[in-house]
Amino acid sequence: MNEQIRHGAGTTVALFVTCLVDLFRPSVGFAAVHLLERAGFRVEVPEAQTCCGQPAYNSGDSITAAGLAAQVIRTFSEYDYVVAPSGSCAATIIAHYPDLLRHDPALQAAARDLADRTWELMRFLAEVADLEARDTTFEGSVAYHDSCSGLRELGIREQPRKLLSGVHGLRLHEMEDRDVCCGFGGTFCVKYPEISERMVDDKLDAIRDTGASTLLSGDLGCLLNMAGRMHRRGMQVRAYHVAEVLAGMSDEPAIGEGRKR
Amino acid sequence: MRSDAHEFKTRARDALRDPQLREALGRARDGFVGKRQKSIDRFPDFDALRERGRRIKNHTLAHLDVYLERFERQVVAAGGTVHWALDEDQARQTVVSICRQAGACRVTKAKTMVGEEVGINAAIEAAGMEAIETDLGEYIIQLAKEPPSHIIAPAVHKTRQQISDLFRDHHHGGDAARALREVPELVDEARAVLRQKFLSADVGITGANFLVAETGSIVLVTNEGNADLTHTLPRVHIAIAGIEKLVPDLDDATDLLRLLGRSATGQDLSAYTTLVTGPRRSDDPDGPEQFHVVLLDNGRSRMLGNRFRDMLRCIRCGACMNHCPVYAAVGGHAYGWVYPGPMGSVLTPLFVGLERTRDLPNACTLNGRCLSVCPVKIPLPDLLRELRGEQNAQRLTPATTRYGLRLWGMFARRPRLYHGVARALVGLLGLLGRRRGRFRRLPLAGAWTSVRDLPAPQGQTFQSAWRAYQRRNER
Ligand code: SF4
Repeated sequence: MNEQIRHGAGTTVALFVTCLVDLFRPSVGFAAVHLLERAGFRVEVPEAQTCCGQPAYNSGDSITAAGLAAQVIRTFSEYDYVVAPSGSCAATIIAHYPDLLRHDPALQAAARDLADRTWELMRFLAEVADLEARDTTFEGSVAYHDSCSGLRELGIREQPRKLLSGVHGLRLHEMEDRDVCCGFGGTFCVKYPEISERMVDDKLDAIRDTGASTLLSGDLGCLLNMAGRMHRRGMQVRAYHVAEVLAGMSDEPAIGEGRKR
Repeated sequence: MRSDAHEFKTRARDALRDPQLREALGRARDGFVGKRQKSIDRFPDFDALRERGRRIKNHTLAHLDVYLERFERQVVAAGGTVHWALDEDQARQTVVSICRQAGACRVTKAKTMVGEEVGINAAIEAAGMEAIETDLGEYIIQLAKEPPSHIIAPAVHKTRQQISDLFRDHHHGGDAARALREVPELVDEARAVLRQKFLSADVGITGANFLVAETGSIVLVTNEGNADLTHTLPRVHIAIAGIEKLVPDLDDATDLLRLLGRSATGQDLSAYTTLVTGPRRSDDPDGPEQFHVVLLDNGRSRMLGNRFRDMLRCIRCGACMNHCPVYAAVGGHAYGWVYPGPMGSVLTPLFVGLERTRDLPNACTLNGRCLSVCPVKIPLPDLLRELRGEQNAQRLTPATTRYGLRLWGMFARRPRLYHGVARALVGLLGLLGRRRGRFRRLPLAGAWTSVRDLPAPQGQTFQSAWRAYQRRNER
């Protein structure tokens, strides 16, 4: 592969921020920018982006979802790479847009084209950018939660672990049943809160059993769910998006933590 | 069988509060998942076999008419009879009239999910005959007067203690002194009770795991051997099966058997695998005088022609429910009909109707673990999403959700407006949540905060923070 492209060398990457990062945790977006720039890419953030449409898509409203998909396709048509700090939003674009837009051949072709250019952040950093996080330090033991869409729709499992293995001081503990959902599931967690509660509790027990003091994941949705429940249960585990730790930005208050302590 | 699927929410809530159920489900899940994994780790290329399974079923479904006719010809050639049942009613009537003609008093039954689907036991009993379940799990729930909660382990929701209590009450008139504690004792006792029933049965009813068109055989798989006693001892054998159980030939059946054992219980092959072809021949040492196959449609041929055809590949292995975290939380009874878990959440709405099954397609996080283990690669999450789409189109989705989504969609398609409103809202919430970093309660977020805190936004949207950052850098 061309050495120059491999290491970024000024190639432009469009960041698909995702609506949850945009609203709840911009530091994840900055971490992504930081990591991409460190790998030599130029990062742009198209202003016309909002949401990938997944909530509508998964709720059976494919008309609304298709409208948003068309907007995303238009917004990101000019970029060589589109990178999202979320397995679930990236999977919506990569694994579902082409099918969602099957009734409009032209749009479907454009969706396929976008799918080919779209990457989940961890996979992009590990496989395209060849990033190693060797100059980052994080003292502590962490548990890593695989988000279901990233894991099963995009095959993201080793990439974040490989990146984390380069971080000085970081000790990774694997949890039991690591391929089991945390109970978030988008609107599921508010439609069926009691079932979601049992699922997230099982997950938190597995996290607790690792003895890790920090929880990392590549999807903010799962993290908001797990961190929110950890706080409710009074569990002393701090939660970050994996990009924040890789970018050395874990001095930010963790998810759900206040500014003044 | 009557459906209680519309009560999903209340049933799920009750199930979540049942500590015995939790114990039973936890043990079952760990057992099933671990055993399956071990057995496929031993198998050279399980995924290739899954792909073959998928192809075999797809091919059969595409030519179902051909294979159904071939199957019927072969059954008749072997001396048996094929009956076609369009719906539950016809299936019940057919079975009851065969039993009547045989002058039956006692009917033994091996586990059949299609039998549950059409409510065969109730029909037999209403006709004045006795129906006895011979699968241990089915026998237990028959004593408990409950429907099955799992398609291969019908009594999986029962703890050993509960089973011991049931046997004490039914076998020993509640005499506490005669209560049994250990599993082997319980099994022995059930065996002794059932042996008498086997020997005195007039008709035996089984399901069929596969129907082989090439030979007109049915394939029966059990771990207890009860299906064999059920079909060989009585004078009449009735096998009842859905039309999707067909496979072209014995090679195909073999491939699917290898998938079934491993996916269901982690066995290379179940303990008893039997091919039944026709009634007893003159030189057979045993077997029934009559062999009937009742083929049930009950909505299946309609599925052949719509987007849910993939679901007809199902070989009823139960792997999807064993790997489903929702099933693990609420158990099979919450789903309210014969088929629970992911496969049930697709099938029940299709069989019972969308109207009275509104929760089933929605009570799922679409995490895809079911698809990753399904031996015939049924895209269960996609099918559930399709059903949500149907609900939406038929306006069965709550109006607040439908309009809410559309409104939000319109809003999200106006980026400037969206970013402006988001900036204001996030600014406010960020300020309110700045000190604690989270909310215990928040207007309009009650469903979220009922079980967990809501982490507070950091205070700026990424979009506005990013524009500000760029302006600073330009200077
Ligand atoms: S849907 Fe697949 S995993 Fe579930 S019971 Fe059917 S064949 Fe087994």
